[in-house]
Amino acid sequence: MSSAALPIRPMPLKAPGLPPAQRQAVQAALARLQDLPGALLPVLHAVQEALGYVPPDAVPLIAHGLNLSRAEVHGVISFYHHFRTRPVGRHVLRLCRAEACQARGAAALEAHARARLGIDFHDTTADGALTLEPAYCLGNCALSPALLLDEELHGRVDAAAFDALVDAARSDA
Amino acid sequence: MTAVVYVPADAAAASVGAERVAAAIAREAAARGLALTLKRNGSRALFWLEPLVEVVTPHGRLGYGPVREADVPGLFDAGFLDGGAHALRLGPVEDLPYLRRQQRLTYARLGVTEPLELADYAAHGGWRGLERALAMASADIVREVTESGLRGRGGAAFPTGIKWKTCADTPAAQKYVVCNADEGDSGTFADRLTLEGDPYSLIEGMAIAALAVGATRGYVYIRSEYPRAFRVFSEAIDRAAAAGWIGADVAGSGRAFHLEARLGAGAYICGEETSLLESLEGKRGQVRVKPPLPAIAGLFGQPTIVNNVVTLATVPIVLDRGAAFYRDVGFGRSRGTQPLQLAGNLKHGGLVEVGFGLSLREALYEFGGGSASGRPLRAVQVGGPLGAYLPASAFDTPIDYEAFAAIGGMLGHGGIVAFDDSVDMAAQARYAMEFCALESCGKCTPCRIGSTRGVEVIDRLRAGAAREADTALLRELCDTMVQGSLCALGGMAPFPVLSALDHFAEDFARPPR
Repeated sequence: MSSAALPIRPMPLKAPGLPPAQRQAVQAALARLQDLPGALLPVLHAVQEALGYVPPDAVPLIAHGLNLSRAEVHGVISFYHHFRTRPVGRHVLRLCRAEACQARGAAALEAHARARLGIDFHDTTADGALTLEPAYCLGNCALSPALLLDEELHGRVDAAAFDALVDAARSDA
Repeated sequence: MTAVVYVPADAAAASVGAERVAAAIAREAAARGLALTLKRNGSRALFWLEPLVEVVTPHGRLGYGPVREADVPGLFDAGFLDGGAHALRLGPVEDLPYLRRQQRLTYARLGVTEPLELADYAAHGGWRGLERALAMASADIVREVTESGLRGRGGAAFPTGIKWKTCADTPAAQKYVVCNADEGDSGTFADRLTLEGDPYSLIEGMAIAALAVGATRGYVYIRSEYPRAFRVFSEAIDRAAAAGWIGADVAGSGRAFHLEARLGAGAYICGEETSLLESLEGKRGQVRVKPPLPAIAGLFGQPTIVNNVVTLATVPIVLDRGAAFYRDVGFGRSRGTQPLQLAGNLKHGGLVEVGFGLSLREALYEFGGGSASGRPLRAVQVGGPLGAYLPASAFDTPIDYEAFAAIGGMLGHGGIVAFDDSVDMAAQARYAMEFCALESCGKCTPCRIGSTRGVEVIDRLRAGAAREADTALLRELCDTMVQGSLCALGGMAPFPVLSALDHFAEDFARPPR
């Protein structure tokens, strides 16, 4: 087959990268924290705090800012359960699955949560209100089962209390 | 006279409505035209009484609890500001048997003071240990801690003074004090209580440690599951630095100690000291091979002491009252007090700080009040997710490091999680393997792969096709993990599994509940 028969394809466009607002948030985090010893975790926390997650397109920027390889940054993001690479809902609900909560019905609460929200762990409800995540101990082991809704701890959570929290979170769009 | 009311500002108290109760009290007082000072103490850690409201009276602080928002108008009607009778009235808080039977040394201020008020801290014995340490030679501080018999309260129970001496004796231009506040064991909350309820005790302990080993920088690694503790503790660092207790010139001594709080990111393994150091350096939290010990080559390769929150928060009282005072409390080779944390299915969950030697049964029934569900207690896990499950026949074991080691258990960080007879112990064993698989850092093959195989073998075992062969295989796998893992995660995750097999074999012989 002669080379003339090959269709001519356009050069692939350079990946569009981060939208400007996100880029700005990442750069602000870097500017504020990059001189700390061992700055990567503080930077990732700041990015996730600002954007709700760490966009994969932020990795080259962070790597460049901290003089690390992209593999090193990716490796750290993927190692820690806390860091997310997908956008989250308006609220994040972290449900404790550990032993002290198991002793007081965490498994039943977990089943109720999945059924009520219609999602699995690490997913977000269709209305964008809630992301469900597992947690392994929230330090509320004498008032179990426990959950953390955004930054607020809740104890002795039964199905009714769970539903009330979810309803309130969903209605504040 | 303006009435003074305390409502705890603690994450656990807030988790059952303390913030709403505090707001309701302020609202109700305003509506009734009553002058009232609302103070926000830490939690006393008698959690079944939370929200525990206290009123200052000539007869001491009277408690009312557990108070719901809807109870507040009734409390005012009953004249609770003057100690009026009410169904929720508990009497003087200090006289509650749960508190009276304790020896709160590390937690002497817990729930008593307003955690961030520097004047409150100083008025309740704060900074006296640091002031004494500043007048001592470094070697004398180390000797004092060694002689107190204090051992690491994080779980490994290593003698604190020996660790400090190793670091002190290693010359370096830069040394570090690192506090492990990555309290990941289920059933534990002692670190969180210190961070939120008495943060200056930890700051003071770290400053003393820095003087002892010659460190000028410190980090507190706090888990991301504790957002409130991180916030409160960071504020405490700022206030202590502004008051000159830490920073470039510690209490006017000319010596520097800079302290910073760092947030973890949801990795249980980072409670292991070398992986915590990796994490502080900005890396994946993978366990390091020891030696070298962190005390010789730790954070950024420099000599570093890594101690748990409770250990460091105990140092001020050791320096203040002296080694002999602390050592004289306790039992056998376990000296001083141990803050136990009663959790799970118990009526009276909370913090119990007592001298070593209390029996597990006393902890569960005399303090814990038996099960919350009213059913018999069947199993107790002591020492977090890597601790053995103990049956009722082991409840008379005294709580100290050696006695627990003798029955194949461990005290760990002092968490005690109780389960009633509805527990499925094969499911608990499976969870132990599942948790290990989830949290393994991946460095050692027996832990990384063995944990996943462990889940599979337990599932097969329960299916029952080849019960004896699968049981033997599971035990062999556990042995490989115990012998072939660098750190406690892979090395001890088999303990809950083996103890479940040993003591609750019948649960493996039936299908999952």
